[in-house]
Amino acid sequence: MTNWSVILNIAKTHLLTKVKQTIIAALGVTFGIGAYITLVSFMTGLNSMLDDLILNQTPHIHIYNEIEPSKKQPVAMYDAFKNSVNVVHSIKPKLSQKKIHNALPIIHYLNNDEDVKGAIPQIKANIFYIAGSIEIGGNLTGINPLDEAKLFNFSDYVVKGSPEMLQKTDNGILLGAGVAKKMSLTIGDRVQISTSKGDVFPLKIVGIYQSGVADIDAIQSFANIKTVQRILGEAENYITDINVKLHNMNLALPKAKKIEQQFHLTAIDINTANAQFETGTTIRNLITYAVSITLLIVAGFGIYNILNMLIYEKMNDIAILKATGFSGKDVQYIFMSQAIIIGLIGGILGLLIGLIFTNIINTIPFKTDALPTVETYPINFDGWFYVIGITFAMVSTFLAGYLPSKKAKKIDPVKIIRGQ
Amino acid sequence: MSTVLQAKHINKYFKKPVLFHVLKDINFKISKGDFTSIMGKSGCGKSTLLYILSTMDTDYEGELYLNNKLITNNSKDQLSYIRNKHIGFVFQFHYLLSEFSVLENVMLPAKKLGEKSFQEIEHDAMQKLHILNIDHLAKKRASQISGGEKQRVAIARALINNPSIIMGDEPTGNLDSHNSNNVFNIFKRLSEEQGLSLLIVTHDEDFAKRTNRIITMEDGKIIS
Ligand SMILES: Nc1ncnc2c1ncn2[C@@H]1O[C@H](COP(=O)(O)OP(=O)(O)OP(=O)(O)O)[C@@H](O)[C@H]1O
Ligand SMILES: [Mg+2]
Repeated sequence: MTNWSVILNIAKTHLLTKVKQTIIAALGVTFGIGAYITLVSFMTGLNSMLDDLILNQTPHIHIYNEIEPSKKQPVAMYDAFKNSVNVVHSIKPKLSQKKIHNALPIIHYLNNDEDVKGAIPQIKANIFYIAGSIEIGGNLTGINPLDEAKLFNFSDYVVKGSPEMLQKTDNGILLGAGVAKKMSLTIGDRVQISTSKGDVFPLKIVGIYQSGVADIDAIQSFANIKTVQRILGEAENYITDINVKLHNMNLALPKAKKIEQQFHLTAIDINTANAQFETGTTIRNLITYAVSITLLIVAGFGIYNILNMLIYEKMNDIAILKATGFSGKDVQYIFMSQAIIIGLIGGILGLLIGLIFTNIINTIPFKTDALPTVETYPINFDGWFYVIGITFAMVSTFLAGYLPSKKAKKIDPVKIIRGQ
Repeated sequence: MSTVLQAKHINKYFKKPVLFHVLKDINFKISKGDFTSIMGKSGCGKSTLLYILSTMDTDYEGELYLNNKLITNNSKDQLSYIRNKHIGFVFQFHYLLSEFSVLENVMLPAKKLGEKSFQEIEHDAMQKLHILNIDHLAKKRASQISGGEKQRVAIARALINNPSIIMGDEPTGNLDSHNSNNVFNIFKRLSEEQGLSLLIVTHDEDFAKRTNRIITMEDGKIIS
């Protein structure tokens, strides 16, 4: 039979007469939990921001035609050599293979698949930007600007002008920020483009594109698909890449496999393309938890010490309690509840401090060229962190209180009374 | 008269530092309303016996009966309950919880027992303090009263659950003759008026002579 109101009353009295130690012990927990909340909210905020950055603009499946040698060389088709061993030296890839055959029916087929959110075509072309006598090598990608904006947040990376402007303007171009800077060009200017075949086209700059990666921005520009087809002198069915966005990213791998088999094309899924990204996330989480657990262990030792000291000071009280009929368990509960009260108060304060800190961090401006959409430091306000935090606090104080209270339970009152 | 406490063939050894036979075949009975004192030379085993009788020490041979029920080999929790409900213990050094008020100290064993409401317990505690003439100290901190007052608070605490027997290990050893006399009178009155049994270890011959019965010990044995 345990009489909790008596036990809690004694625990409370002990804590209140040792206010200083109680506060120090609780502050240890507060510090640990506050740091955990701040760190984990900030780190996961950062993680999901970086994830979004990659995930939003990267297709879940990227379909293209790998330039590789024909598997079947012409000699194999010649009946006369059917039964001989043919050795072909210096095989060269076929030039015309960049194009995806039957691209439009494939896109149509994919768009009818219910797992697919959208499949849109692109044309990749190597070009030169001409400024006076110099030529700068670069890439021009033909896109459907509105579809790109809808599926892959393309507008986030158009820092001047807009995808709509490109859609409306025949012979328009979204020039890479690096190119624009090098050539001192801005919206409204004209830029000359030359293809690898040597044809020169003037295009009107309707916007500036900035991905945040300097190497890309120094070469990459975008134009309408039709414009690029015309520049290359290709037909309307000339498509080099298909980008697919799925409803569920986890289906990317099996879907990519299936597309490869079905259409004899190369299909890369997002996880294969961005494997290193997961690693970064894992390591950031690891650091967060390692630091938080270290802080809590330190706080736990603080509580352990203070309770040990308290029990040492309260030997007489323990002997009296036992002599007057309190059981060993009662005495253990008295000290356990002290640890738990310290943990609860310290933990709740820690959650509050964490909440305040993360709110402050969330207002600190964070501007960087690499992340055009981010204004302040990212914070992930997830209720689960608070649940985990308080559980952490309770478990660590419980463990810290358990050993000393076990000792108090075992104290033999006769020894104490004799010792007086 | 019914028997409150009975010891049968109690033997105790201390094994450290050397094997030492402290209590040798102790047999006696305490009846309801008895006011008994235990005397004997220092080191003859009085305190050791009292710790066994009060159930705090369970490392002994023999049998112990409380209200004709065998309590030897009861579990620790059962013994805690017995101490709480049936035995009041007064130490030589007035052990009180110094951070609590006098009243709270007296109430604590009753709160642990949990048989009465808070109001009843408070009323009982005030009444016990009144019997001992210290009701005016009720709200004071236990650390802020005199030694004689503390001793009386400890007696009030021992009485709070209306136990079957009160045991005391030199409860007057630290008091001047006036206070010692006072405590004796309180004990005497409790045994006569309320039929309380008392078993008190003392070195004070005057004190012992005025009790109903004296148990004399020598070398771990009862000799009379
Ligand atoms: N924990 C122990 N280990 C070994 N021997 C002990 C222990 N406690 C007490 N003794 C011995 O047991 C004997 C009895 O001790 P006890 O305290 O019962 O004496 P006492 O009769 O109460 O003496 P006093 O009148 O001085 O209080 C003593 O000789 C003492 O030295
Ligand atoms: Mg003694």
